[in-house]
Amino acid sequence: DKRIRVSQPLTRGPSAFIPEKEVVQANTVDERTNLLVEEYSTSGRLDNITQVMSLHTQYLESFLRSQFYMLRMDGPLPLPHRHYIAIMAAARHQCSYLINMHVDEFLKTGGIAEWLNGLEYVPQRLKNLNEINKLLAHRPWLITKEHIQKLVKTGENNWSLPELVHAVVLLTHYHALASFVFGSGINPERDPEISNGFRIISVNNFCVCDLANDNNIENASLAGNNFGIVDSLSELEALMERMKRLQEEREDEDTSQEEMTTRFEKEKKESLFVVSGDTFHSFPHSDFDDDMIITSDVSRYIEDPGYGYEDFARRGEEHLPTFRAQDYTWENHGFSLVNRLYSDIGHLLDEKFRMVYNLTYNTMATHEDVDTTTLRRALFNYVHCMFGIRYDDYDYGEVNQLLERSLKVYIKTVTCYPERTTKRMYDSYWRQFKHSEKVHVNLLLMEARMQAELLYALRAITRHLT
Amino acid sequence: MEKMSRVTTALSGNALTGRTMHCHLDAPANAISVCRDAAQVVVAGRSIFKIFAIEEEQFVEKLNLRVGRKPSLNLSCADVVWHQMDENLLATAATNGVVVTWNLGRPSRNKQDQLFTEHKRTVNKVCFHPTEAHVLLSGSQDGFMKCFDLRRKDSVSTFSGQSESVRDVQFSIRDYFTFASTFENGNVQLWDIRRPDRCERMFTAHNGPVFCCDWHPEDRGWLATGGRDKMVKVWDMTTHRAKEMHCVQTIASVARVKWRPECRHHLATCSMMVDHNIYVWDVRRPFVPAAMFEEHRDVTTGIAWRHPHDPSFLLSGSKDSTLCQHLFRDASQPVERANPEGLCYGLFGDLAFAAKESLVAAESGRKPYTGDRRHPIFFKRKLDPAEPFSGLASSALNVFEIEPGGGSMSWFVDTAERYALAGRPLAELCDHNAKVARELGRNQVAQTWTMLRIIYCSPGLVPSANLNHSVGKGSSCGLPLMNSFNLKDMAPGLGSETRLDRSKGDTRSDTVLLDSSATLITNEDNEETEGSDVPTDYLLGDVEGEEDELYPLDPEHVNPEEPEYVLPQEAFPLRHEIVDTPSGPEHLQDKADSPHVSGNEADAASLAPVDSSFSLLSISHALYDSRLPPDFFSVLVCDMLRFYAEQGDVQMAVSVLIVLGERVRKDIDEQTQEHWYTSYIDLLQRFRLWNVSNEVVKLSTSQAVSCLNQASTTLHVNCSHCKRPMSSRGWVCDRCHRCASMCAVCHHVVKGLFVWCQGCSHGGHLQHIMKWLEGSSHCPAGCGHLCEYS
Repeated sequence: DKRIRVSQPLTRGPSAFIPEKEVVQANTVDERTNLLVEEYSTSGRLDNITQVMSLHTQYLESFLRSQFYMLRMDGPLPLPHRHYIAIMAAARHQCSYLINMHVDEFLKTGGIAEWLNGLEYVPQRLKNLNEINKLLAHRPWLITKEHIQKLVKTGENNWSLPELVHAVVLLTHYHALASFVFGSGINPERDPEISNGFRIISVNNFCVCDLANDNNIENASLAGNNFGIVDSLSELEALMERMKRLQEEREDEDTSQEEMTTRFEKEKKESLFVVSGDTFHSFPHSDFDDDMIITSDVSRYIEDPGYGYEDFARRGEEHLPTFRAQDYTWENHGFSLVNRLYSDIGHLLDEKFRMVYNLTYNTMATHEDVDTTTLRRALFNYVHCMFGIRYDDYDYGEVNQLLERSLKVYIKTVTCYPERTTKRMYDSYWRQFKHSEKVHVNLLLMEARMQAELLYALRAITRHLT
Repeated sequence: MEKMSRVTTALSGNALTGRTMHCHLDAPANAISVCRDAAQVVVAGRSIFKIFAIEEEQFVEKLNLRVGRKPSLNLSCADVVWHQMDENLLATAATNGVVVTWNLGRPSRNKQDQLFTEHKRTVNKVCFHPTEAHVLLSGSQDGFMKCFDLRRKDSVSTFSGQSESVRDVQFSIRDYFTFASTFENGNVQLWDIRRPDRCERMFTAHNGPVFCCDWHPEDRGWLATGGRDKMVKVWDMTTHRAKEMHCVQTIASVARVKWRPECRHHLATCSMMVDHNIYVWDVRRPFVPAAMFEEHRDVTTGIAWRHPHDPSFLLSGSKDSTLCQHLFRDASQPVERANPEGLCYGLFGDLAFAAKESLVAAESGRKPYTGDRRHPIFFKRKLDPAEPFSGLASSALNVFEIEPGGGSMSWFVDTAERYALAGRPLAELCDHNAKVARELGRNQVAQTWTMLRIIYCSPGLVPSANLNHSVGKGSSCGLPLMNSFNLKDMAPGLGSETRLDRSKGDTRSDTVLLDSSATLITNEDNEETEGSDVPTDYLLGDVEGEEDELYPLDPEHVNPEEPEYVLPQEAFPLRHEIVDTPSGPEHLQDKADSPHVSGNEADAASLAPVDSSFSLLSISHALYDSRLPPDFFSVLVCDMLRFYAEQGDVQMAVSVLIVLGERVRKDIDEQTQEHWYTSYIDLLQRFRLWNVSNEVVKLSTSQAVSCLNQASTTLHVNCSHCKRPMSSRGWVCDRCHRCASMCAVCHHVVKGLFVWCQGCSHGGHLQHIMKWLEGSSHCPAGCGHLCEYS
């Protein structure tokens, strides 16, 4: 059995963060989800990801459709390769959930079982993908056209551009999906096979252990911070107040351009401290250092397992210029390139990005008729900010006003090292908000991350082409 | 030089001169704009904002507008425009959403004039009113267009695009109050500047964002739009509904489009991604660009014609940090490299063939149209001086018509439908196919099948009576039906090897002629080309004449009606053996005395041919029995297959290949087999013999062929509720989220075969309906209809 051993989930239901009834209730009402699953699911069942995502059916449809397209429909890569690439991508974040899912699919689509023993058993060609997998997952800004050239021009093991684009789309999709899995605390699938005597052995360092950690810490932190309901209520009011002000008073405020630049830099630098501080508090034993122990189960799919996210800001701007969003946008450039080399995926991704960016129910917690545009934009742009992508037309001061520190911690963890996400992080921000709204946040983070990775990869391919 | 003088007059004495040249910029350009005096150009980009003077030999930097030690984002330009009335007035759109105006007349170093910070997102486009000095329009990512009066501090009016990002705004050149705007969702809107509450007109022009638009400088109401869907469309806005007049398909998303001055149908485009060239299109010839400029090494971001009345100078800026001036006379013309030749079959077997006029003209004198239908009909278009590319890439069209009736291919269809290719023992298959061929009057083919049977099956099984019978039958009833195809088959069989070689040689040389298109197709070309697919009776006389000449030289080959089913085998697989046997030549010599009959006369009821075939068959029996290994014949059989294929009867070649399977496959190289298969399948599909073609695909052993029926296996259906196409699965509609096809019997969703009554359109699972109909003939849905199923 090539599946990775996962410990028994502590909670029931699809997510460890969200009470089962929240998800299930929504599900029984929704016929549409079942239809969608029947249409697009590759595994043929309603898996936990889908269940959680079905809180946002509109989005779920574009998600499943694009995922189905890249896994099952016409494309340059053979089916088993697609799943193997998904495994490689998920392995970068030690996402056992996705790995197990695709190990099954890989075998089902006729993949060679030997490959599952690790990277040294796969053809050199797939192995070559390892480098951009690593960079894309943790430091996409380092991808250059040389990386692309190396893949495209290595003689017999070379990748054709359409194949490469397909692979890149898969890699970015599964990196981002790993963020979602950890961010929403998706539980392992309850497997019917488990009953046949295979004993699940608890392995450290998976989300379950995070949960265990939480249980110890939670009480203490709760007591320490002493968030009362009254506090968080007024917090919510304040947030809405700020959003309103930003929307209305934008014109009056006249900040100099230098100020705007500094705000971006500040936000970037701050993001650096935001998490490291928190991580330090949460994990005093620093078991999440770069040299942390990863079970051989997962690491056999990757090389250089210690390679992780490094703050973009820390690198110093003279070496790595900020990615100017306006110079290489998804709408103008990314789409055209992707669609040219891997037909139709561009439209599907385009629809997905548009969908997630525009998705709103005009509600915030208990309030209705709220325009959440600024909030959504702040979330999206903050993720891009951490990947060094800057929008000229955005005032990064808004991020500071709209996103509280605990949310920033959560965002940074989920997008940069999702495997460290804990229930405490999930719980500690936006206490008044519904779970479905937090899932909405996760969707935004996931798509923003995917787009950021995709933009860097596609920009490198474009540079290779010119 | 002639052109230049014309230019001079157009510009009323102020002639533009210059050459193709470029200059290096320090940074990538995002947009360029030309001053109205045509002597200066402004280049703007993220970190560049400069004015260059265009001199005779070079660009000279005149002014750097980017001042200050640490330039702000207001200087990061997405677009720039120079006022066409006022030489001192410029406007830029910044990526941070600021619109800036510049006054070159200011005495200080900083020429910045006004700053409008009303847009929340990147401003994609700014545009001055063509005649008003103070009116500026901007379109932004935030979905708003704003109109500014430069005498005031803020916008005069705001136009809302309903939160869709605005990609381009352009004032109409002819209509004072009108402007067009294009949007990210593919829409184009027409606005009246006096009415900001709603747009005058809106229509969807493209699939995906519309990146650019341009009003025609002369034709009122012509608007060109370019989009991410790689199309340039020309719209006529004067009519009630915007009418698409022309559509040019480019190879990459279109970033800019600009009408060419003084050339009514020309426009220049450059693309957003991948493609670095600038194209000038004649919208009436949308497939080949009229001119192409290939100087840039990265995507071109801005293009501008240097003077509004001079069609020969084009300026461009690019991401590769260069500013270029292109001269039209230096442009490369793809038309010159075009290959204006084409070949196509018509519905009834007519052949049309187009070749370069210059090539055809030389030949046309030799082969005038004489009224004979076999000769090519020759078209020559009258040259229209207004037509683009005239003389450069025009072709003459020849049409070869087929003799009426001569092109009947019913034998092909019948054969294809009735042949058995698999599923039975070889002997039975051969017999069956021989019978089919014989009944269709294709005696040579029939005989081939019989021979194959004899070669590959154990000898004792051939009932001689049966053979006798069938051959006799074939000779009596077959000939009247026989069409020219058989005759053509027959020809080389009749002739000696030399004849065959010759015909092969002919074919080859003809092919050469066709390929190079160097000459008009001659008569012989004609017959050969058609012969490969649709033979004509014309062949008959020609070939027979030669046969007559050959007979005296070749006593072996006799009676032209009989050899169809006797001699081909003799000429190929069995020739040597026959020479050995004493009876053969004698026997055949007798036949030579019998009256010579042309193929269409059916007096072949004599018993002689039966005898001859019988004797031959006996001979082959003996041969096989005695000492020859089973694969002794495979070389000959392969030759035979090649012969058929060469004759154009690829059906025979493929059928034999399938029936014999492993026995011959290894002797014919993969590529030839594949070629045969694909041509046969192509033919079958032309005759809509889908089932047969699929069977052939299934039975083929060639990898490339057998995967043919794995592709595009999708069947598109529409939802029965909302009538929209169901894109993903056949039983769930994406739009109305209902199951489209329910079984009327079991009330479950039908996911596989769905059968329904065309009268009441109720139906369901095939099995359920069949079962239901056993008991009742009324509709199971209870609608009272008496269902009919065929």
